[in-house]
Amino acid sequence: MSIDAKSKSFESVPGSSKPDAILVVDNVTRSFGGLVAVNVAHLEIPRNCITALIGPNGAGKTTFFNVLTGFDEPDSGDWEFNGSSLAGVSAYKVARRGMVRTFQLTKALSRMTIIDNMRLGARGQLGESAWRGILRPLWASQELENTKKAENLLERFNLGHMRDELAGSLSGGQRKLLEMARALMVEPEIVMLDEPMAGVNPVLKQSLFQHIKGLRDEGRTVLFVEHDMDMVREISDWIIVMAQGEVIAEGTFDNVGSNPVVVNAYLGSHHEVDIGGQS
Amino acid sequence: MNWGLIFSNSVYTAISANAIAYMLVATGLNVHFGYTGLLNFGQAGFAAIGAYSLSIPISRFDWPWPFAVLLVIVSAVALALMLGFATLRLRPDYLAVVTIAIAEIIRLCLNSVRFTWLTGGNDGLQGFTGFMEKLNPFPQQGIWLWKQKIDGYRLWLLVSGWVLLLIVATLVYLLMRSPWGRVLRSIREDEDAARSLGKNVFAYKLQSLMIGGVIGAIGGMWLVLDKQSSQPGDFATTFTFFAYTIIILGGVARVKGPIIGTVIFLFIIQFVDIALQQATKTTPTDPTPVLPTWLIDQNNYAQLRFMLAGFALAALVVFRPQGIFGDKREQAFDVH
Ligand SMILES: Nc1ncnc2c1ncn2[C@@H]1O[C@H](COP(=O)(O)OP(=O)(O)OP(=O)(O)O)[C@@H](O)[C@H]1O
Ligand SMILES: [Mg+2]
Repeated sequence: MSIDAKSKSFESVPGSSKPDAILVVDNVTRSFGGLVAVNVAHLEIPRNCITALIGPNGAGKTTFFNVLTGFDEPDSGDWEFNGSSLAGVSAYKVARRGMVRTFQLTKALSRMTIIDNMRLGARGQLGESAWRGILRPLWASQELENTKKAENLLERFNLGHMRDELAGSLSGGQRKLLEMARALMVEPEIVMLDEPMAGVNPVLKQSLFQHIKGLRDEGRTVLFVEHDMDMVREISDWIIVMAQGEVIAEGTFDNVGSNPVVVNAYLGSHHEVDIGGQS
Repeated sequence: MNWGLIFSNSVYTAISANAIAYMLVATGLNVHFGYTGLLNFGQAGFAAIGAYSLSIPISRFDWPWPFAVLLVIVSAVALALMLGFATLRLRPDYLAVVTIAIAEIIRLCLNSVRFTWLTGGNDGLQGFTGFMEKLNPFPQQGIWLWKQKIDGYRLWLLVSGWVLLLIVATLVYLLMRSPWGRVLRSIREDEDAARSLGKNVFAYKLQSLMIGGVIGAIGGMWLVLDKQSSQPGDFATTFTFFAYTIIILGGVARVKGPIIGTVIFLFIIQFVDIALQQATKTTPTDPTPVLPTWLIDQNNYAQLRFMLAGFALAALVVFRPQGIFGDKREQAFDVH
């Protein structure tokens, strides 16, 4: 079954079930004081699809990411990745299991070179134990392989020429690119990108879209948060809409775009204002 | 003024066994602060643990020295584990508060009358350096470094100390250029980023604390071997701050940093000290000192030396903020 046909077979209701979902979320809540930032009753993320998580500012998307990846603790709830629970699992273990995220506010490792940023992401490095680290021959060949892989990725993300610069010297958009490339060094089964295209120029964006689709073709799953509707339209197979912490809609792009609940959530109390649509 | 003596004495001070102790203590702190970004303000505590783990078993219980040296390492690891489990899961500034407190508690316990039977209290412990004297291959009369005499025991500590330091520095260098060292640096830059890439940040911080702590303890051991007496007063918080000054001078997160930093730091302090001492000195044959007494005299030059040394250090930091060996490029991104 093609990806398109697959996603069209999902039901367009919040919390709809997907056959062979990679991530299943149940009753996850997280509040800050009186503010309920996340309150997701049930959600399934389809495997091997590109899923967009959209919603107005403050909808709780980033908080939801934080909770799922072990960077924040929910007040309650459980979620399963590949059938095993991730509740209470620490962030680094979540990453090792194959669920890797990037950050909305980029976390470039400023005083390390770009190639070192990339190498850091590689999995199962022998030299990351102190004893073996002292003995270079034990990890030199693996390091060479990782470096090659890193260089290839850097080329694809238009960062090849910056290889030996410190990451702190990168521009905002370049940091986004580096962070995404670095996450891919981990070879995640599911990669969760928080606004990956913020500040990336349109030409490069197009090539990154191809790259993200390539990830799906390799069998990976992509979940991304994005405000850029071009990206959402162009690459996502499935869209989940959050507002005020809750999942309010799911569906394909057309499906969601014509959903009055979604329009309402985005425009809030201003929905009577003419926004220049077809009136 | 006897410039020959002033100069040779300052040079000796900057490379002596005492200096090697500073280099080791600062190297350990460099592992914590420079490479891992851990704000350890209790490095003097590790040094104290090292000093007393050597001196107590030997002078109180007649342990053979290899066991005492082993105890130095074991107790430094134990202290690192204790600090680590107590604070590393909390916000970074907690480590700073707890380390400074623990180091002071250690010093106060060593000083306390209650433990005098064990630690010797304020007078400290002596008579634990016999093994080092026995191992000494150099003749007792020693050598002359221009106008500075170095006795046989100190020469032995100096030579073996430099060998030890070279081994430690090489190990640190090898560790830091490895993927293991890369993980440490990533934790210094942003520990959440390291976590997001699957690195067990807590375990790495703990390892960093242990390795830097053991190096600091060995430094403390060398300090008291040189003084032939271990006293609590040597392990006050100022010792930790000297170590910070040293690594900032030499260049943070550079293996050479603590070594070069120590040489400069101790040279400046000692040079200013004896130069002022000589410039304020009066002798029966020469009753007028070099410097006028209305400006400075024998009774107050000691305070002035730290002021002058402070000025010299401040000037160095202003004109070369990355330290002697630091990377200018990195300095530009030193803001978080
Ligand atoms: N650490 C925190 N402390 C207090 N409130 C928080 C915290 N983090 C998030 N919030 C609140 O939770 C709500 C959801 O924030 P979140 O960052 O998840 O939104 P978002 O959907 O990612 O928005 P954006 O699209 O602007 O990035 C916001 O109202 C925010 O103020
Ligand atoms: Mg957000």
